Amino acid sequence: MKTAVIVFPGSNCDRDAQVSLAQATGTEPAMVWHKDGTIPDGTDLVMIPGGFSYGDYLRCGAMAANSPVIAQLHAHAARGGYVLGVCNGFQILAETGLLPGALVRNASLNFVCKPQVLKVESANTAFTSAYAGQDEVTIPIAHHDGNYMADETTLDTLEGDGRVAFRYAGNPNGSARDIAGVLSENGRVLGMMPHPERAIGGHEGGSDGLGVFESLVGAV
Amino acid sequence: MKATVHIGLKPGVLDPQGKAVADTLGRMGYGEVEAARIGKVIELDLEDGLNAEQADARVKEMCEKLLANTVIESYRFEITAS
Repeated sequence: MKTAVIVFPGSNCDRDAQVSLAQATGTEPAMVWHKDGTIPDGTDLVMIPGGFSYGDYLRCGAMAANSPVIAQLHAHAARGGYVLGVCNGFQILAETGLLPGALVRNASLNFVCKPQVLKVESANTAFTSAYAGQDEVTIPIAHHDGNYMADETTLDTLEGDGRVAFRYAGNPNGSARDIAGVLSENGRVLGMMPHPERAIGGHEGGSDGLGVFESLVGAV
Repeated sequence: MKATVHIGLKPGVLDPQGKAVADTLGRMGYGEVEAARIGKVIELDLEDGLNAEQADARVKEMCEKLLANTVIESYRFEITAS
């Protein structure tokens, strides 16, 4: 399985993403600088890491979503390639239009940083199959703008089509219908605010995040 | 030429910052404040002598592509001679 991590100015989870992908797949991901980098041919999964790309200027993810590498990301997604966006990566995917909705300031106005219990809504996706039989997982969250919003029709469609991958158990940020992670129509693009790459069984504590990467290894 | 772009959250989109501002104004004795909404103003300096119609179309495109996220925000702008 070939993977790549896109790095923006202000990304700060790119190394965690790199370590997680290397651990899960046995192969180092290509680290792709957003401005002049290339997503290598034959890449199965592109990960958009968390952080504060462009200092969150204008809106979280807005500048990154218009960065040169994004045309390649669109082409990768159009080919049916897998994309995983975590935290700022989710915000960027929403800004590119690869995922519906938007992420706005937490309803509490507070930055939230804690282990978060999530409900696995469906283990029947490329990103969650390893969680079969596991209703809840604990994965850390750390964000200021994780409040997921979309119009009611979009929310109904997401729920009706099984495109809500994770929900919060105890809503930390005001997200509509407790949504923590959503899938694209073809099920190959996942955006989620929680950080699975920060829970892979190392010093950081917890290993519930590994399942996302193991599921992908199984799917590819 | 100058384009002044006003961006605000659409009606129905929760504005916790606006709410905090309105609450604080209320606590300060400005009880007449029923609500506050916070938006952004972006001033763009444009080349002089642009065709007005073209400038209008280009700024609209900028709003759609980058300056506003129309899932949650609405925008309006005016173009002035400078």
